[in-house]
Amino acid sequence: MNKTWNNKAWFMVLPVLLLVAFSAVIPLMTVVNYSVQDTFGNNQFFWNGVGWFSDVLESDRFWQALGRNLLFSGIILAIQIPLGILIALNMPKKGLGVPVCLVLMALPLLIPWNVVGTIWQVFGRVDIGLLGRTLDALGINYNYVNNVFDAWVTLIVMDVWHWTSLVVLLCYAGLVSIPEAYYQAAKIDGASRWAVFRYIQLPKMKRVLLIAFLLRFMDSFMIYTEPFVVTGGGPGNSTTFLSIDLVKMAIGQFDLGPAAAMSIIYFLIILLFSWIFYTVMTSSDEQA
Amino acid sequence: MARINLDHIRHAYGEKPKSEADYALKEVHHEWNDGGAYALLGPSGCGKTTLLNIISGLLQPSEGRILFDGKDVTYLSTQERNIAQVFQFPVIYDTMTVYDNLAFPLRNRGVAEPEVDRRVREILEMIDLAGWAKKTARGLTADQKQKISLGRGLVRNDVNAILFDEPLTVIDPHMKWVLRSQLKKLHRQFGFTMVYVTHDQTEALTFADKVVVMYDGQIVQIGTPAELFEKPRHTFVGYFIGSPGMNVLPASIDGSSIKVGEETLDLGYRPEIAAGAKTELGIRPEFISLSRDGMPVSISKIEDIGRQKIVRAEFAGKPIAIVVPEDGEIPADPRVAFDAAAINIYADSWRVGREG
Repeated sequence: MNKTWNNKAWFMVLPVLLLVAFSAVIPLMTVVNYSVQDTFGNNQFFWNGVGWFSDVLESDRFWQALGRNLLFSGIILAIQIPLGILIALNMPKKGLGVPVCLVLMALPLLIPWNVVGTIWQVFGRVDIGLLGRTLDALGINYNYVNNVFDAWVTLIVMDVWHWTSLVVLLCYAGLVSIPEAYYQAAKIDGASRWAVFRYIQLPKMKRVLLIAFLLRFMDSFMIYTEPFVVTGGGPGNSTTFLSIDLVKMAIGQFDLGPAAAMSIIYFLIILLFSWIFYTVMTSSDEQA
Repeated sequence: MARINLDHIRHAYGEKPKSEADYALKEVHHEWNDGGAYALLGPSGCGKTTLLNIISGLLQPSEGRILFDGKDVTYLSTQERNIAQVFQFPVIYDTMTVYDNLAFPLRNRGVAEPEVDRRVREILEMIDLAGWAKKTARGLTADQKQKISLGRGLVRNDVNAILFDEPLTVIDPHMKWVLRSQLKKLHRQFGFTMVYVTHDQTEALTFADKVVVMYDGQIVQIGTPAELFEKPRHTFVGYFIGSPGMNVLPASIDGSSIKVGEETLDLGYRPEIAAGAKTELGIRPEFISLSRDGMPVSISKIEDIGRQKIVRAEFAGKPIAIVVPEDGEIPADPRVAFDAAAINIYADSWRVGREG
């Protein structure tokens, strides 16, 4: 078959190209630009090479924040993935319960991040918050403002409340796509409930779980708004994640160079993790 | 293996069926022999899958009992009934190897590992997948997957019956033949009771000793392929079995003579007909001969299907089909003759016998 080449067709791509350029490429290149230069104001810039990068990579502040991020994402994934699967398995498959459950599940996802933060900020306050007051009344010493452990628990519970439904919805979509014959065959083969989960439901959910895992990792790794609203990065630096640190550096201290270098490193880390997860999970898929 | 008794079974999907029409499955009362190969044949929605699911225990009948070897199993679960079922789409556990797939039903029942190994190897040989034992089941073709589904049923040596729910739907035509003949062979070799649901008459007729033809929620005939061909009990069977199906013509009957349109035929016996019944004559296209003498007919179309020709014609104002051998001559002034021995008489769609 002869293909017709018409180079004018490239013009069709131009609008998208422009859009992407202004929304992604140009801002990104500005960041790259800042990361290799120093300035003393007056819009005068001096070449600084990889100086900012080595500064960032040598600072304890960066590694501590990265450590907090990894710990937070690890805990979030360890709770939300199993919990999401568990809820999805127990959701009704037909009848009136289905739309009711789906709407209930979708509700937290529709609330803006900063509103979620504000809700929990107030909810957990010891003086006026329902949760804070209740725990206090029960004799539990809880205060997310000055206790590191309480601050972490609050952030984690909040994120679980906000995002587990995403995992639930994805898993549920995977579950309902399993034909009824599989369950009937399993019944005939005398499979236990666990065997049904292990050999039918889990393999069929694998793809959606991969997506859920990636989305939840990236989102939790990039978390900013909620800890910013609830704890502001405190007590001390205990909930200062990379993103919060980055904003402090860029806008608080106006250190554009180090901040730009840090955001590029941050970006590369996320890219690296996503690539690793994706490769690992898809390659095991092909071997099988 | 077991004898299956269907004791006055009826089923309706809705709650509280009011009239006969509410039943998806009208009364079924039959005994199926141990070791028999039965095919449930009928068009979509005739209740054949409903009946199969009632036998397998995936569905509870609204009324009636079902017995395996005289034991009432109506309220037993699928697992307790000890049956195997092969579904329309191959069900395999695709993260397991072929070997583990076959071992699965045995391991679930706590069978000792040496016994599992012995049984699985035997089945692998039987279904020609011995070379695939250690491979994961995912990469297999549809027919191999379907063989594994079957194998998971065969591996349990105590199954009462093996049920097939249109198992060859997703298989390539040429593999269908191979699988069907393998199935036949296995049946002859091991003699399990098999029930096979299909809407494909070729499949049913080649597979089964007894074909159960279903129509509109009831069993209209149970018989050998020859019986279904020669003596269809119901006009539906005549029409459904055979290609093309039986010619059914309205006829009026007076003693032993039949009148179709302006033509009169002699039957040689007196059919037993209740007063007021709608009478019809049924004759297969294979038993009508086309020649220069006989009753007048006008030909509208000739279909050449290779080994024979199908002549579409109009006889006494009604369309009929006639099968003519490939080298058969079609005269310019065609006339037809009916083979009297091959004529069936129907009253209100049901075949009638001789009087006296």
